[in-house]
Amino acid sequence: MSKAEKEKGIERGHSRRGFLSGGFRGAMLFFFGMVTGFFTGKVRAERTVWQIDPFKCVFCTNCATECVLEPSAVRCVQYYPICGYCKLCTGYFDPQPINLDTGAENQICPTGAIIRTKLEDPYYEYTIDEELCIGCAKCVEGCELFGNGSFFLQVRHDKCVNCNECAIAVSCPGQAFVRVPAGDPYLLKTRETAG
Amino acid sequence: MRESTGSNLIGDSGGCGCSSVKRRGMRPMLWLLLLLINIAPLQNAYGVMRFPPPEFESGYQMPTTTTPEARSDFLDYLDIAVLAAALSMAAHLVLWRRSRKWVFVLMLFSLAYFGFYRKGCICSIGSIQNVALAVFDGGYALPLSALMFFLLPLVFALFFGRVFCGAVCPLGAIQDAVLFRPVKVKPWLEHVLATVPFLYLGAAVLFAATGSAFIICEYDPFVAFFRRSGSFGMLTLGVGFLVLGVFVGRPYCRFLCPYGAVLRVLSYFSRWKVELSPNECLQCQICEEACPYGAISEPIVFEEPETPLQRRRSVIQHVIVTLVIGASLAVIGGGLATEFSKVHPTVSLAERVAGEEQGRFEDTTDASAAFRDTGRTTDELYAEAMTIRSEFVTGGRWLGAFFGIVIGLRMMIPAFRQRRSVYDPSPSACLSCGRCYNYCPKELLRVKRNRSLCPKVDSTSPKNSATVK
Repeated sequence: MSKAEKEKGIERGHSRRGFLSGGFRGAMLFFFGMVTGFFTGKVRAERTVWQIDPFKCVFCTNCATECVLEPSAVRCVQYYPICGYCKLCTGYFDPQPINLDTGAENQICPTGAIIRTKLEDPYYEYTIDEELCIGCAKCVEGCELFGNGSFFLQVRHDKCVNCNECAIAVSCPGQAFVRVPAGDPYLLKTRETAG
Repeated sequence: MRESTGSNLIGDSGGCGCSSVKRRGMRPMLWLLLLLINIAPLQNAYGVMRFPPPEFESGYQMPTTTTPEARSDFLDYLDIAVLAAALSMAAHLVLWRRSRKWVFVLMLFSLAYFGFYRKGCICSIGSIQNVALAVFDGGYALPLSALMFFLLPLVFALFFGRVFCGAVCPLGAIQDAVLFRPVKVKPWLEHVLATVPFLYLGAAVLFAATGSAFIICEYDPFVAFFRRSGSFGMLTLGVGFLVLGVFVGRPYCRFLCPYGAVLRVLSYFSRWKVELSPNECLQCQICEEACPYGAISEPIVFEEPETPLQRRRSVIQHVIVTLVIGASLAVIGGGLATEFSKVHPTVSLAERVAGEEQGRFEDTTDASAAFRDTGRTTDELYAEAMTIRSEFVTGGRWLGAFFGIVIGLRMMIPAFRQRRSVYDPSPSACLSCGRCYNYCPKELLRVKRNRSLCPKVDSTSPKNSATVK
């Protein structure tokens, strides 16, 4: 083959390099097909999202500080079915209150996000104003240690951006963060699971 | 109700608390005493129902706890569809329409959608880790969207080059948008720094595969902008990269991005590439000046062509050097594995617990206290940590070998470049931004000629030629 013919061939893409490149392309496509095939059994069409297992939570306050969002996507929820409706709520009052009233200095919540409403003696309802909550878990600790544990932290999915790696999960000392199916994204306590 | 004796005790003391609760004005000190009494058995007390459900007489209706839904699956499929559409569009605009303007518009759309609307999650760069974790950890279910975000840009790169980088990746887009005063990076420095993404890729796969950390996501510089919220460190990193990006074109893409490393390899073999006018190159060097990413370099001519024997000898030398570097780095990698493994939470916890057992630490951390509450034995924890550490030793060796091979191959490249007589973008380094189309005189002439064939848009052609700087 003369030099001119060879160069003409190269221009048309009939070079050795062109052939190898085409072969590589084919091989890679085959490989990607294999990868897809390998994962078809494993892929779950349903995504997973992050959630906190309330039984593993150790109230370390990382949820308030480590989340990429400010304020955190983790908020405290009040799960009414297990609440004791205590008059003296250890999730509401500071351990050493000056008076047992709704004064800010007597509350354990740093942002005053818990609303205390009298229902009937001796029951009081506690509701969380989620927009004020910062997920610091102070009330969770109080309720868990002396009450029923109806206050617990949950990732709120209207706020969570579902990071590929949750920044709180990385620093969670209780390793309480788990991936749960997006269709059923909350891990709520019940009286049965709790005790 | 838990029935063990321990929790019964707590239940009783809780009962005491309950009755005293009902007495108005309990003294704080009394409460403190209660606290002290309770502290000892508290460790197993999580989730104990101390108080029965109240019996309301006033007809009080219990509110329900709200549970806002997670993002729907439909929107996930939409993301995949938008990605596929954006990639196809990018390929069309870069390779056939050859229009920098429209590539830029698509790039801004991607920045808005994948960046600010999707807040940088999900992204192809991070999906490497999901795939790596799914390969090595059978228990991890890979989301379909992560698999698609990983595969689609790679398949496109095989055919159309790095069109993903040019117009679809939000991280590239934010850097491209701030590039105002591009400076040239010396080709040798560019070549050396372009090795870093491969090393980053290897490290990211190791940490993801062992389930330790997703370092690409952790050190993603721009995600704080996309979320408009983030820690001080993340913001500083992002601002740093953007300030650097004003002068150095796309520093993250060229010198760090691990996904870019994969794309760089694949796009070398791409079917269609960004080409200027190879048959009528004027050797004017304008395109070389115009490319802010150092992807267009001067023609390669060998003054003294090597004989086949010389060439063969040089190949053998390079292969030997590569193998030696690979082997030595593999040994080093295996040796450093113990240090690397501390990134894994279980290993660091085991180290801490072991330290406490040996009396090296007086206090406990939240993590070690939480571990002791679970009631698992330390031996179980140590065994688990040792398994992970041995995985790290294997992984560290592979990582070292990979580093060595990458470094060796990168050293080989300058010696084995293809002869080239014209100015043309290198398919591996070209980020498909389309800037050079606006500068190549032959390309502009071609556009003008095409326009004049079509009288409708003829009026715009003088304006177009005025944009030539």
